Amino acid sequence: MNAPARPEVAPWKLAMTLAVAGALAGLLLVFVDQVTRPKIEAHRRATLKDAVKEVLAIDPDAGDGSRIVSVRVDDAGLELEPEAQYEVDASTIDRVFLGYDASGAVRGFAIVHQQMGFQDVIRLIFGYDPRTETVLAMRVLESRETPGLGDKIEKDAAWVAMFDDVKAPIVAVKSGERSAPDEVDTITGATISAKGVIDIVNAALARQELAKRLAQWLQEAGQ
Amino acid sequence: MNDATPAPAAPAAPVFLRGIWRENPVLIHMLGLCPALAVTNTVANSLAMGIATFFVLCGSSFLVSLLKRFIPHEIRISTYILIIATFVTVADMSLAAFTPGLHKALGAYIALIVVNCMILGRQEAFASKQSVGRSMLDAVGTGFGFIIALVMMGAVREVLGSGTFLGFSVFGDNFEPWVVMVLPPGGFLTLGFWLLGLSWWTERKKQRAAAEGGAS
Amino acid sequence: MAELLWILLSAMVVNNFTLYYFLGLCPFMGVSGRVGTAIRMGAANIFVLVITSTCAWFLNTFVLEHAPYLRVISFIVVIASLVQIVEMAVKKLSPVLFRQLGIFLPLITTNCAILGLAIFQTNRGYGFLEGLAFAIGAGLGLTLALILMASIREDAETADVPGIAKGTAMVLIVAGSLSLAFMGFAGLLSSA
Repeated sequence: MNAPARPEVAPWKLAMTLAVAGALAGLLLVFVDQVTRPKIEAHRRATLKDAVKEVLAIDPDAGDGSRIVSVRVDDAGLELEPEAQYEVDASTIDRVFLGYDASGAVRGFAIVHQQMGFQDVIRLIFGYDPRTETVLAMRVLESRETPGLGDKIEKDAAWVAMFDDVKAPIVAVKSGERSAPDEVDTITGATISAKGVIDIVNAALARQELAKRLAQWLQEAGQ
Repeated sequence: MNDATPAPAAPAAPVFLRGIWRENPVLIHMLGLCPALAVTNTVANSLAMGIATFFVLCGSSFLVSLLKRFIPHEIRISTYILIIATFVTVADMSLAAFTPGLHKALGAYIALIVVNCMILGRQEAFASKQSVGRSMLDAVGTGFGFIIALVMMGAVREVLGSGTFLGFSVFGDNFEPWVVMVLPPGGFLTLGFWLLGLSWWTERKKQRAAAEGGAS
Repeated sequence: MAELLWILLSAMVVNNFTLYYFLGLCPFMGVSGRVGTAIRMGAANIFVLVITSTCAWFLNTFVLEHAPYLRVISFIVVIASLVQIVEMAVKKLSPVLFRQLGIFLPLITTNCAILGLAIFQTNRGYGFLEGLAFAIGAGLGLTLALILMASIREDAETADVPGIAKGTAMVLIVAGSLSLAFMGFAGLLSSA
């Protein structure tokens, strides 16, 4: 401000300079976006595919005859897609994945859903068999829960394994008090995060009666 | 420690070395504290954040010193921020594309490099007044200083908080990690104790120098 | 309604912006031992945070859907300009208010809490009202942290601490203890 007398610059010139700088910055970003986007999206699809394979416990890439298809979900109904698309809107659940095991029998659906946890959004995927109303397995895809406490929902293998073959809807019980096939323990010191995970699974199945619609759709398809 | 504004014709070596230790942005000037505290719960995260910031700082210093003649004084800050924000977005997208794991761990704090006062400070205090070469030296020195400070934080927090260093176990299985060190309070405490240690060390050096000066 | 209250409370105490996310540290570290200044600083912060939240929601809903890579740039440019405009308006309309809060406004724009709020809000997919609750909660949380720090410093000025611990080192260790204490608020939500 107290610099030696600077020549006055006309306001339109200032605005012009900023506009040009902004335009150049925008152009550069569009270019970098073009370069990096395919990589970012390929990685996202690969991660999702791996997660689907994991919760359905099948591996189509091994060439054993098992396969995964994707099913589009919207208000109108469910629709099988000609080719599996590994893109999903986790809040609205616009797509689910259907897996068949090596013998060609239906293994179950893989569903991705996210909701607010204790710190931040928790995104998870779980396998679900509508014929037996059973959750097959659950994996947390993304969370920012407190390290050492809340992140046990991701890192505590014993707890994650409680979701294997548990009846839905899941009932949360105190740590160590699990006694029925539809119960999952909460974690001491991370009650909210653990309850959050259970709630997300239940909410996904209840969202626009997804569980019912999946069962119906499967029946109509004659499987 | 108190000659923050560089003399116009300072020799090159001090320009480079100054930022690394004697005027370390984090440990001496208390700049860029937000990332220094938020993402330093592991050494890997600290390094990644340090390198991303280093990249943004060097890129911005280069452009600002190159274009300083065309940037009108009145809108210089807005222009600097625009340049910094562009580099940050580039860093963000590159991390997402090439090291998705780290991108996930650093989360929103990558975007927050924009408001790291250290970067804006170097543009205003140095790059906008000096030649391209010297600005780059200054940026590289300051950037290294920032990386060093972050790794110092990350090393203490990871070793004590998780019992590992870069993911490898340090103490064996019997060590009960001090979970608090990887939590937010640990960030404040670690930096506090580092500063305490450093000022104790400087104080002692000064006293020794004074004692020797008195003896001779 | 309960949802909004939860967001507000969570941003204010449980995940306090300063003590948990390390956002807005500059004013926090630099705050003098004056509680009055801390309160006014906090009020100015709440004000800017609410503007930011509205801006971010508007940009996210109407502009950025197709160009997410322009997010950081547009957030920072739009927020900085809007705060500038508001500053001028306040100066014209209420000189008294301007004298109380005005000097803090330009400083606040480059404060990480502001951009942090915009980015967190986007990542969590908050709607307009949720964003507003989040902004007010975050602002109240910042204010709370500033007031606590200012009052501790008021006392600390007369305390006899070792020479090497004077200044920033002690502030950081005090902040660490505060942060530790605030973690206790997590229990507030688990019992609910």
